[in-house]
Amino acid sequence: MNQASSAVELKNVVKKFDEVTAVDDIDLTIGDGEFFSLLGPSGCGKTTTLRMIAGLELPTAGSVLIHGEEMGLKPPNKRPVNTVFQNYALFPHMTVAGNVEFGLRMQKVPKEKRSELIDWAINLVEMDGLSHRKPTQLSGGQQQRVALARALVNRPKVLLLDEPLGALDLKLRQQMQIELKNLQREVGITFVYVTHDQEEAVTMSDRIGVMHEGKLLQIGTPEDIYERPTTRFVADFIGRSNFLEATVASESEVVLSNGDRLQLESDHTVGESVAITVRPERLTVHKRGESSTNQHQIDGVIDSVVYLGNAIVYSVSIDWMNLEVRSSETSNSRYSEGDAVTISFDPQYVSVVSG
Amino acid sequence: MNKGTALSTAEPKGASRWALRLHSLLIYLFFYAPIAVLVVFSFNDAQLVGDWKGFSLDWYEAFFDNENIQESIWISVKVCIASTIISVVLGTMAALSLERFRWWGQKAFDAVLYLPIIIPDVTMAVMMLAFFNETADLINLIPGVDLSSGLEKLVLSHVAFNISFVSVVVRARLANLDATMEEAASDLYANRWQTFRRVTLPQIMPGIIGGALLAITLSLDDVVVSSFVASVGGTPISVYVFGLARKGVSPLINAVSVVMLSASMLLILGSLAFQRATQFAREDS
Repeated sequence: MNQASSAVELKNVVKKFDEVTAVDDIDLTIGDGEFFSLLGPSGCGKTTTLRMIAGLELPTAGSVLIHGEEMGLKPPNKRPVNTVFQNYALFPHMTVAGNVEFGLRMQKVPKEKRSELIDWAINLVEMDGLSHRKPTQLSGGQQQRVALARALVNRPKVLLLDEPLGALDLKLRQQMQIELKNLQREVGITFVYVTHDQEEAVTMSDRIGVMHEGKLLQIGTPEDIYERPTTRFVADFIGRSNFLEATVASESEVVLSNGDRLQLESDHTVGESVAITVRPERLTVHKRGESSTNQHQIDGVIDSVVYLGNAIVYSVSIDWMNLEVRSSETSNSRYSEGDAVTISFDPQYVSVVSG
Repeated sequence: MNKGTALSTAEPKGASRWALRLHSLLIYLFFYAPIAVLVVFSFNDAQLVGDWKGFSLDWYEAFFDNENIQESIWISVKVCIASTIISVVLGTMAALSLERFRWWGQKAFDAVLYLPIIIPDVTMAVMMLAFFNETADLINLIPGVDLSSGLEKLVLSHVAFNISFVSVVVRARLANLDATMEEAASDLYANRWQTFRRVTLPQIMPGIIGGALLAITLSLDDVVVSSFVASVGGTPISVYVFGLARKGVSPLINAVSVVMLSASMLLILGSLAFQRATQFAREDS
């Protein structure tokens, strides 16, 4: 990504609170018009990172650039970004229209232009007819929309969203996820979205950055992150995964604990103990002895069967551990407890991560 | 009444019910009987308070004829307004500095700020007196300030104790105010002053008004500190009434008290009405 098309750039950004390092040397470039999610468990530093872009926190070291411009010590009101806060932080003493108008008034936008923009923003979030209400008279979902309108009305270069859907119930959250994504396409503004919900991040994002203990572990498309995790944490945090302990034998080969050799490329050093990770739905169960096109096979015995309606989850006992297998084959060729089976997988769906 | 009475909403029965009624009656009697007596005897057509001779407005006439009393009331009002304004501004600033900023010596300041609430009035009075005796010459050097009139001394000493009360009330309000709202304002291009003016101030206003009412009441009520620092010819009404009472209780005191009582009642009713109005404005509309 070249300089001109990057909306946000973080260079070696560190944030320490007293002795605690909240954000540990992050490098990140977010492209213009991108929907980028910072994903991680609570306390991983994702919100602190967002707040440093907004100017609500200043980095201990490193630099933050927005559209190529160094932000330095600029206070939040001098930065071309707007934020949707986790608890919305709407002004309770102002109406919906008053809240939306606030940023425009502070920027001294002329009155006619203001009302035009307010109408546009309120219409954008489908809150027409409610502009004279006070925030306390709105539902959580409506408050959410007002918070969005209040930020978007300023047409910021970058919109920062701090777990904006966290307070909503599941159904509304799923609906808002789709709406947010559509909204982002419509306005074409770069979204930087902080969430701990991996499903949310995968659904909406163009790219995801997974954070853990202040470090940015992996950046990639949802597919990259899901199918090709580079660390055990990422594989474990996003979706379900099986981890098989292994040792690196050569550049293109790892040895499982039972001595099986698998042809897998990895950039780990020879002799390093690693884990290979594979998603439950990427494992296939066959009757023992039945031939398979997949080159990697492990023998096992069905330990338990859980019927989920649209899938069956088998727990398969192999020599030294249990593997979770998710099969969408629910009617034909079902297996039951005690069946001797062979599990196979395609190496393209397997990643080698540090043990 | 309260939604919190989950334990038992049933009315007490039998003897306990009557005992409770008697109990409340006695308490109201205890509160209001002295006030009733005061009001009734202010209309007494007699020189002595204790002895009803018939209805008369003579004492109110005497009150309105007495220039000393009116002068004292005027002094009280001036001191009250000036000290309230100053202490509301300083008390609010103190509350803001304690709630929203971190600075060296903050804990010590926090502790010292509440001293005037804790220490006895008499101690405060002696302190103020000693302070003015020691520093009068110095303070008089400030252009436009003349402590000898006594008015400035009264104002300064009332400010000294009112700051504490105002900051306690305002701080309670600030503590409940979500600080992310101020962050949101700055994120929406408001500078620090605009954030305060448009977001913080409107929301801590009930606290500021509450603090101001407290300051007004405390300033008007104060006898002890005022009597120590007031100069001759510059006595506020509370001190004047206290002086009258020492000469002997005449119904004139009753009349003065009733006027003061009515004024404070109006003030309280006014503030209640204001609070109601703002509360309703926030809840519906």
